[in-house]
Amino acid sequence: MAHIKVEEGVPGIRSLVMFRPETGKPLYELAQVLLRGPSPLSEAERELIAAYVSKRNDTVFCMMSHAAASRELYGDNRNIVDEVLKDMLHSGVSDKMKALLNIAGKVQILGKEVLPEDIAAARLFGADDREIHDTVLIAASFSMFNRYVDGLASFTPTDTATYEEMGKRMAEKGYALPQSSK
Amino acid sequence: MKKWENEWPKKDTHYHNHQNKKMAHINLGNELPGIRGPMAFRPETAKPLNELAEILLRDDNNTLSRGERELIATYVSYLNNCFFCQNAHGGIAQYYLQCDIQFIDGVKKDFNSMAVTNKMKALLSVAASVQKGGKFVTTEQIEAAKNAGATDIEIHDTVLIAAAFCMFNRYVDGLGTSAPTDRQFYIGRGKQRAEEGYLHFDLYK
Repeated sequence: MAHIKVEEGVPGIRSLVMFRPETGKPLYELAQVLLRGPSPLSEAERELIAAYVSKRNDTVFCMMSHAAASRELYGDNRNIVDEVLKDMLHSGVSDKMKALLNIAGKVQILGKEVLPEDIAAARLFGADDREIHDTVLIAASFSMFNRYVDGLASFTPTDTATYEEMGKRMAEKGYALPQSSK
Repeated sequence: MKKWENEWPKKDTHYHNHQNKKMAHINLGNELPGIRGPMAFRPETAKPLNELAEILLRDDNNTLSRGERELIATYVSYLNNCFFCQNAHGGIAQYYLQCDIQFIDGVKKDFNSMAVTNKMKALLSVAASVQKGGKFVTTEQIEAAKNAGATDIEIHDTVLIAAAFCMFNRYVDGLGTSAPTDRQFYIGRGKQRAEEGYLHFDLYK
């Protein structure tokens, strides 16, 4: 049971933004611009960073849903997602993505963990300032979303089919504030 | 060893300006302090970030005062060891609460020994758990907050403020932004930010 009275049966962050749409609006706008807006990183790559950070924070709802969205967006290369979640350094993603995921992992611990050599490694493999910026902000924002979802003990579905469906919707429609059925 | 691990550079590649002052990890195209640097670099993401700050910290349709909400933001930024955010929001809290910097520092060090309400003590304890990770918040902490008179919305906002500052702090420090070291600077800015708010202000002023 969630710590506060949210609509029953509604999973994760959806139940929280329906409880408080005033704060839900900028949260969904942030997700939309960061994960779907113009960026040198593909939507699949950005969803992968989100899933990777959520995995490190052990937030099952965010990890499962953003991994599903990333698989959907990677299409034929969908196996990349589970490889990264299992063992990032030995996965099949590019060296640039490994360097960016390494930065995301540091941000997940704390901002100051990111060292000049982490940034230099990303540059060496071709990451530009904008890609580094977006990686840091995606990782930082999921350090928020994960705490929001877990801190209020929102409902986490356990069946994979629910997340597959969610991932498809996220890949197709992006992030629009859900409306309460009440 | 893989290429990626092999070629890991070791030298300091921080940008330096003409005065050889340490710059952020990336070239932000400006020398603004703290979060204002990346916000000016990427206005598209700055917009929802500032909208979130405005509704969460400053909207008057809230039973937590602006000062109480800024105090939660300050405390979480302190726990995340983010110098810029804890001083910027400490300065704003100080303005709203009409207190001195000793009070703000006392809350950071041990809020239980300070003159804040029992409800605020319970909420600050929830915020401290959120800072560690969402799962650290216990049912007992929530019960204690409710028993001290906290409403569901107040608990929601406390959790979201704490979570949001786990983002803002990481954004500011993860990009290695610079921050003025004189704490007095932030007290002067506190009044300005309190009056202007987070939505309609000039990043360059």
